[in-house]
Amino acid sequence: MPEEIQLSPKELARYSRHIAIPEFGKAAQLKLKKAKVLVVGAGGLGSPVLMYLAAAGVGHIGIIDFDLVDDSNLQRQVLYNVNDIGQSKAETAKKKLLALNPYIQVTVYKEALTTENALDLIRQYDVVADGTDNFPTRYLVNDACVIEGKVNVYASIFRFEGQVAVFNYLQEGGDRGPNYRDLFPQAPAPGMVPSCAEGGVLGVLPGIIGSMQANEVIKVITGVGEPLSGRLFLFDAAYFSTRVLKIKKNPETKITELVNYEDFCGVPQKDEQVKEISVIALKAMMDQQTDFQLIDVRESFEYDLVNLGGTLIPLAEVAAAIDQIEKDKPVIVHCRSGHRSATAIKTLQSIFPFKNLLNLEGGILAYAKEIDRNMLTY
Amino acid sequence: MTIKLVAYGIAKDILGKHQMEIQLEAVNNLGDLKEWLCQQYPDFQKLRSLSLAVNEAYQDDDFALNTEDEVVIIPPVSGG
Repeated sequence: MPEEIQLSPKELARYSRHIAIPEFGKAAQLKLKKAKVLVVGAGGLGSPVLMYLAAAGVGHIGIIDFDLVDDSNLQRQVLYNVNDIGQSKAETAKKKLLALNPYIQVTVYKEALTTENALDLIRQYDVVADGTDNFPTRYLVNDACVIEGKVNVYASIFRFEGQVAVFNYLQEGGDRGPNYRDLFPQAPAPGMVPSCAEGGVLGVLPGIIGSMQANEVIKVITGVGEPLSGRLFLFDAAYFSTRVLKIKKNPETKITELVNYEDFCGVPQKDEQVKEISVIALKAMMDQQTDFQLIDVRESFEYDLVNLGGTLIPLAEVAAAIDQIEKDKPVIVHCRSGHRSATAIKTLQSIFPFKNLLNLEGGILAYAKEIDRNMLTY
Repeated sequence: MTIKLVAYGIAKDILGKHQMEIQLEAVNNLGDLKEWLCQQYPDFQKLRSLSLAVNEAYQDDDFALNTEDEVVIIPPVSGG
């Protein structure tokens, strides 16, 4: 017989402010202790979600994040500080959570969530909190939760705005509530909706939205109150406008297996017509003073932060600036990480049959890592 | 009829503003409005999933619109 999970006298004292709430009490606190929550992404949203779930006494927290702490994260990812730069986010988060609450267990996965590991991982948890930063992973989390019958507490942020919803919630009568695909059956075209790195995000926003996400996780576990199922919460911090919109199930949405989410989201595959060049090859060309053109398709504020001396033509303007692109010598196109420059090359090649365009693999980030370690990264 | 459009996220960039009132003829339901939006602002096609809520509830394309309705454009956002 497994030992019955109980709250020790010290835990009862620690959680006394929860237990004092009539609707909450010892019963809800015990449910938190028995719960297993997987937090996908330990970034802007993950920071407050993890801190509040740990503080609240969720008995077992899983953290999956492959990324390392970067200085540009600290504007919003309040779980980390300057001493953590370069360290694993998941490992660092674990240390901080255990320092905050020694009565909980934390399991870390320093890897990306993929179609290979998602089902096995999610199966081991009761509730999933999605704080990832890209569309393919959001659809993957959603579909895996539907297949494994888990509640997906979703939140997402952009500039001044946030969204929160509880997807795939087990309703009275046994039916599941709407999921992400009921709201957005198809992902937007690649590059259409900028990421936080490209489009920006107000630092305090993930604090607000992530706290709401943690609140919904706690409600789902304890059964206290009414979860945000079948509804989408929208918040605009710039105008302090809030809305709760009713959403419903789409009878045509059927999720029975995981798919290739990069394909599903139309993310260009590597073997497509974009040729690549490494940062090492670029450095060699620079050193040998080879005649080539370097095009930087980032935004001007990024160029001001750090640049490789290329000609600045932001992605949105490349089509209009096609006359500035050389046709008879190598043209190396770069951005921060290599995604936007790949899009730029495809755009240019769709207008004119260029044969001389090369995408700088890994962008400025790769250059900083492989060639110039003193270069600023963001 | 007169429709009040409220835009969030990237839809705000596409429309160029957060809120606007539009006068429409030959628009009866939400599907018609989607077509009109995609014609006037072709970037909406690239969102692929153009989710619209009428008076605080997300609705299907065959939902009939009435004058003075408020339509909220909910674009997907992916940041975390």
